[in-house]
Amino acid sequence: MVTTSKRRLLLGAGAGAVAGAIATPAAAGLAMRSALAQAVPPASGMHGQGHGAGHGTSGGDNLVVGTVDHERNGFDPHTILTDWDVGEASTDSQGRKTREWVVTAVDKEVELAPGLMFPAWTFNGRIPGPTLRCTEGERLRVVFNNGSKHPHTMHFHGIHSWRMDGVPYAGLVQPGERFVYEFDAKPFGCHLYHCHALPLKRHIHKGMYGTFIIDPDPARHPEAAAVAESRLLGSPRNAEWQEIMICMNAFDTNFDDENEVYAANTIPFAYQQKPIRVERGRKLRIYLVNITEFDPINSFHVHGNFFDYYDHGTTLTPTSRMVDTIMQCQGQRGIIEMDWSEHEPGQYMFHAHQSEFAELGWMSHFEVV
Amino acid sequence: MKQDIAPTLLASPATPWRTTAWLLLPVVVLGAILALLIFGKPLERLTADAPPVEKVSIERVRLTPGLITLHIRADGSQPITIAQVQVDAAFRLFTISPPGPIGRLGTARIEIPYPWIDGEGHKIVLLSSTGAPFERTIDVARATPAWDVPTLTLLALVGVLLGVAPVATGLLAFPALGSLSTNGMRFVLALTVGLLAYLFLDTLHEGLEQAGRALERLRAQAAVWVSLLIAAGALTMIGRRGGRVPEGAALATFIALGIGLHNLGEGLAVGAAIAAGEAALATFLVIGFTIHNVSEGFGIAAPLVGRRPRLITFIGLAALAGLPAVPGVWIGAQAVSPFWMALCFGVGAGAILQVIVEVTGLIVRRDGRAALLTPASIGGVAAGLAIMYVTALFV
Repeated sequence: MVTTSKRRLLLGAGAGAVAGAIATPAAAGLAMRSALAQAVPPASGMHGQGHGAGHGTSGGDNLVVGTVDHERNGFDPHTILTDWDVGEASTDSQGRKTREWVVTAVDKEVELAPGLMFPAWTFNGRIPGPTLRCTEGERLRVVFNNGSKHPHTMHFHGIHSWRMDGVPYAGLVQPGERFVYEFDAKPFGCHLYHCHALPLKRHIHKGMYGTFIIDPDPARHPEAAAVAESRLLGSPRNAEWQEIMICMNAFDTNFDDENEVYAANTIPFAYQQKPIRVERGRKLRIYLVNITEFDPINSFHVHGNFFDYYDHGTTLTPTSRMVDTIMQCQGQRGIIEMDWSEHEPGQYMFHAHQSEFAELGWMSHFEVV
Repeated sequence: MKQDIAPTLLASPATPWRTTAWLLLPVVVLGAILALLIFGKPLERLTADAPPVEKVSIERVRLTPGLITLHIRADGSQPITIAQVQVDAAFRLFTISPPGPIGRLGTARIEIPYPWIDGEGHKIVLLSSTGAPFERTIDVARATPAWDVPTLTLLALVGVLLGVAPVATGLLAFPALGSLSTNGMRFVLALTVGLLAYLFLDTLHEGLEQAGRALERLRAQAAVWVSLLIAAGALTMIGRRGGRVPEGAALATFIALGIGLHNLGEGLAVGAAIAAGEAALATFLVIGFTIHNVSEGFGIAAPLVGRRPRLITFIGLAALAGLPAVPGVWIGAQAVSPFWMALCFGVGAGAILQVIVEVTGLIVRRDGRAALLTPASIGGVAAGLAIMYVTALFV
């Protein structure tokens, strides 16, 4: 069955340049699928013989060529999945918990796809910025230093005073200056923060955004304390879960107000070339944020499974049950909960169901073990 | 007079080394200026922070089963790296040779394995390392005709139908031309000028249009004008060597040559139409050009009136005027770089310009300068232009 067709050789030639990628299980799987592809029809003269090549075989070639240097970028999309930034917590004399972060704006050239450099603006030198995670009811202090050449803000989605809103008239920070955003952590849920300086589209799509998660305080939700506890980072019930953060984003590399590159967590095909490991023994929770500019909506679709969805993550009961596709408009986000316990181990695809976004980079795999 | 001026203007012929030395001086100074610019970098403050300028022209697209091959030419302030390739808004694996950045005006070949679909449209985007996209749309995908004997034979047949057959048909009017009056003959020569004037404009237009598709720095439009003038000048010089003006068979040969170069261009157009998936259009093109080109044979026959050319002369003229359409179709079907096509059209326009001058000269020599403004001449030119325009509507 597996014959070395011309097509296979061509893939091999392409993969030669992707030495790093071919070593991963995903790429190996793709190569295998490609080898099973139909052979190329015999060369024709003037009259093309219908299709240039067989149907349904092209998936293996839908990749970028080469590998991104995550070390030079200073961040790795696989680390970003789980690197919750809980800041510095302290408790005052009245027993009130305060949590503080220091975030710095940095102009930085980021390698998006292999060899494709993007002059980004970032929080802490990474895209998405640090995933700030706290607990409902805490007092939050975000010390924002602007190390960029441009004025920026941190605009948090949450309940707070206008003075702390991080918009051009409140909390705009000039280059070299700082501002402290201070507010209470509410409401619990899956939120985001982003720069709200003008021009807004440019400041967002250049990379100035990040995920902001407020875990529910079980004590405040006696009716669903167990559910709330399962979301509370560090609690015993939370340990039964595997949690990841995915930020659906895109980049307009030539500044024509259309995206050239789409991704889950910035690097196109990052979880295609190296899938996300999912243990069957623990349930999977995804904090999903859509910060795609220019395209009104983005979406999340998983293969071979269904899930419960909590829009904005502000409820302890699902807002959608048993779905396999959800969509989010720009700035929308939510929590996905999935169970893989009875699945056959292997690779399960997930991606935007806008095929264009998927083929331009927002294509990923879970490696269920 | 001439002898008086020469010694004062030119360096003394007795000291050629002195002439050489004076000629070397500007070369040395030029070298010094360039060295200063390149090594001294006086403009660095201006250019240091300037963003890179990138231009890429996709000169040729070849489609073979399961594979898209591009030939690209780059131009920019620094070497350009093609980082990624998208086809139909999807990232695709590709190989580029030679690998690595492409220098200024350098070329590279990109191969993209892709299941392109016969008869449908595709869009290719090359993303440079700075994220600049360079696009090429394939309106209708067709396999690029193979370079093998059966295909070449078929394409050659197209070329012969297009070029040789109509020119030969037009030449059949030669006996009829012999029975014309002076006025009638003047009309026929003026008609020839009109035909050629149309072909000149058409060829020049094609050349400039192709030039517009070439990379800006190649200045292809200037190249069209330069090649036009050089070709016209060189052919005039060759035609008039020995002090004789071309007439009769010689003039007919030059007309045939100019028309031949024009027909090479028509061949390119038909070949390109076939390659671009407009095969249905190609049939119309061949029909149109055939009708169109009959009048060309007419024009070639005109200077032969009153002489007794041999049959072989007619065959030779038909071949010279018509056969270039064959390589034209071959080359056009393979998709050629627009710069070379533009140059080719420039030479063709120059060749036609030369014969326009010579045929006009023939009218003047036969009937005097005043003959150019007679109704027969003006009517002839107008009729020639009109015939070509109307028959071009078939194309």
